[in-house]
Amino acid sequence: MSTAEIIARCQALYDDLDFTSAREWKEADPKRKVIGYMPVYVPREIIHAAGMLPLGILGGGDQMEVIHGDAYYQSYICRIPRSTIELGLTKKLDFVDGMLFPSICDVIRNLSGMWQLMFPGVYVRYFDVPQNYNDSIGGEYYTEELRELKAGLEKLGGITITDEALRESTAVYNENRRLINAVYDFRAEQPSKAPSVEVYLLMRAGMVLPVEEHNQVLKDYLEAAAVEERPVRDNCRIVINGAFCEQPPLNLIRSIEMAGCYIVDDDYMLINRWLLEDVTLEGDPLKNLSDAFLHFSADSAAKYCDRAEDVGQYLLSTVKKTGAEGVIFTAPSFCDPALLERPMLQDRMDEHSVPHISFKYAENSGQMQPIREQAGTFADSIKLWS
Amino acid sequence: MAIPEQAEVIKDSSMLLQKQMIAANYDELTNTAETGKKISSTFVPGNLNELVMCFDMLNNLPEINAINNGMRKKSGMMVMQAEKMGHSEDVCTYVKADIGSMSKGNIAPNGKPMPSPDLLLLSYTGCFTFMKWFELLRHEYGCETAMLHVPYEGDGIITQNMRDYVVKQIKEVIIPALERVSGVKFDIDRLRENLRNSAKAEDDFVWVLESAKNKPSPIDAYFGGVYYIGPIFTAFRGTDKAVDYYKLLRKEIEQRIVEGKGPITPEGDMKDERYRLVVEGPPNWTNFREFWKMFYEDGAVVVASTYTKVGGVYDLGFRHDPDNPIETLADYCLGCYTNRNLSQRVDMLEKYVNEYQADGLLINSIKSCNSFSAGQLLMMQEVEKRTGKPGAFIETDLVDPRYFSAANVKNRLESYFQMIEQRRQGARTAA
Repeated sequence: MSTAEIIARCQALYDDLDFTSAREWKEADPKRKVIGYMPVYVPREIIHAAGMLPLGILGGGDQMEVIHGDAYYQSYICRIPRSTIELGLTKKLDFVDGMLFPSICDVIRNLSGMWQLMFPGVYVRYFDVPQNYNDSIGGEYYTEELRELKAGLEKLGGITITDEALRESTAVYNENRRLINAVYDFRAEQPSKAPSVEVYLLMRAGMVLPVEEHNQVLKDYLEAAAVEERPVRDNCRIVINGAFCEQPPLNLIRSIEMAGCYIVDDDYMLINRWLLEDVTLEGDPLKNLSDAFLHFSADSAAKYCDRAEDVGQYLLSTVKKTGAEGVIFTAPSFCDPALLERPMLQDRMDEHSVPHISFKYAENSGQMQPIREQAGTFADSIKLWS
Repeated sequence: MAIPEQAEVIKDSSMLLQKQMIAANYDELTNTAETGKKISSTFVPGNLNELVMCFDMLNNLPEINAINNGMRKKSGMMVMQAEKMGHSEDVCTYVKADIGSMSKGNIAPNGKPMPSPDLLLLSYTGCFTFMKWFELLRHEYGCETAMLHVPYEGDGIITQNMRDYVVKQIKEVIIPALERVSGVKFDIDRLRENLRNSAKAEDDFVWVLESAKNKPSPIDAYFGGVYYIGPIFTAFRGTDKAVDYYKLLRKEIEQRIVEGKGPITPEGDMKDERYRLVVEGPPNWTNFREFWKMFYEDGAVVVASTYTKVGGVYDLGFRHDPDNPIETLADYCLGCYTNRNLSQRVDMLEKYVNEYQADGLLINSIKSCNSFSAGQLLMMQEVEKRTGKPGAFIETDLVDPRYFSAANVKNRLESYFQMIEQRRQGARTAA
């Protein structure tokens, strides 16, 4: 398959707000269940081990007109909960048996409560993660939370999730993370061969496809992209930071690259690369997932940074590792985590003379000219003065 | 119409006392260079004052500092200063008022500079912004920070796992940090004694809150309530002073009931109780008196509010328990209002509308506060459905005066009161 064919399929999955592929997956077997999850991170291994399909819910994007959803939110709250409510009320999620709301911010936290009130037949879990990273404190708490999630899914499905199933699922997701990292590494090394819109659509496909299928799509893309000749542009190399929840419209990603920036790393779908190493397959699989979270998970604004000197180091190491020349801080309007953290990250970048700019967006932003101008000027300034 | 500055503001003895108590706390906080006392900063939800006192430390609450600056009309400039420094216009104005205040010398209400805290006790309870607020302060002050992660009651219950987690953190993270910073060894009996005092104060505090079930209500449980929660939510819960304050307050309110009086307002006793409201959401601080006047001048009294539960929910039965000192601190944190899920909050509001015989629910939605605000429109619909009483929705902010539109708010309130009146007339006609 060519990259064009692969990406065309990914684009179709991205555009499909009826989640047809997930519906068809469920309809193939009456015992099957689908569990939706919102950003930033849930342990999809447990859902998979239950024989269920994890379905990433990232709002409705710029193709969804929000009518009902706006009635539930004030003007100073971001768009992702509105479009997610819209998906719910317009029955686009009527096949979803459960929803997980991770502890990312108060809006998503409270959305879990709204979902409980609005869709009482759906299994809903607010998924908390520890902000204490000590094994005997946060670790014990989190392992127990994972057990509760496992028990909830078992009850929902009328099944037992065995340790063996959990280890198998962990192995599959380990491979998924390796392949995703391979795509990101490929893009960082040869950004002209892996345009960011394509990488983005590949990642979005992983939110709806069964992980085994996604693994194959990733392998196919790497193989096809390696041999495809594409023009090399005189772009600067930048890292995108702050877009880990409400997603930017595709045109925004396109605009940044058109303006002269190769995106060599981003935090669009952190769940894909949240765990930074393979999760061990020996021993208690839930404890292994807990240890992985505590000791080798990515950084994000939704997490507590327990040492002041570590603030911004993950971003800085990403900049260095990818050979990036600057950072674009993009955050959705009204995003508490990204916007509160940004000044600290900017200070860290300033300490290390990493150029940066920032702007805000909404998932349905339509006016790209200001973005192109800002990103273009930034790219020029890097080329001229850095 | 705003109250002229020269007009005398009427206050009960308890209001004057709580003002003196808070002023005295600021005097202590700004005098540590002489006394050598150490300062712990923390948050109102999850305020472990009884524990902090065990280490002879002073308790500083940045939210209260922001409120003070808001009420003294200084916060607007501080917020704008923080925005000039690079903090987003979209984030919480308490945070920006705090950072803006720091950039201007961090002057306390007594005119003296506040010293840097010795410890940031990050009680991560009921609000995401707290986490980043103290990371930002740590970034500025460079001082030790101790995280207490209080899990959210996503399913409306406190599980044993949650309780164990909080207890473990208190024992293995918070207490060692307090010992290290203060140089004082933890004495659990001191904590028990403080908790005994807390429980006594909580009994009288709840009595005062529930006095609003009377008709007329002798208290305003929102604007007046701000004075009543002062000691118990800040540096005084667990002290003899708080016990004495709530005894005094209770006597005052008992006397009001005997005399058939309505609540005290800045312009004297409210005479004619025409509307009884439950209010959800924090008040606006920059235009507090003006906002309050919009209620009492039309005979509207707030009989119950959720803001008076933000620093602890006591009217559903919880009391600090000296027999289980660490566990009770965990339960206190877990039970704070904004740590409860939406269903629990709706249940509370429904209970208040019914038990306090309210005419309706008013939501004051705060632009800064997603913890309170996200979901309030659904909450209003739910409470209306369950109680049959009308809801109203206004939008203001905590301490950014740019988000308080007096004309807009007054217009909505007047329309709401008219709606209540029309429904009454309709009900009378139907009867």
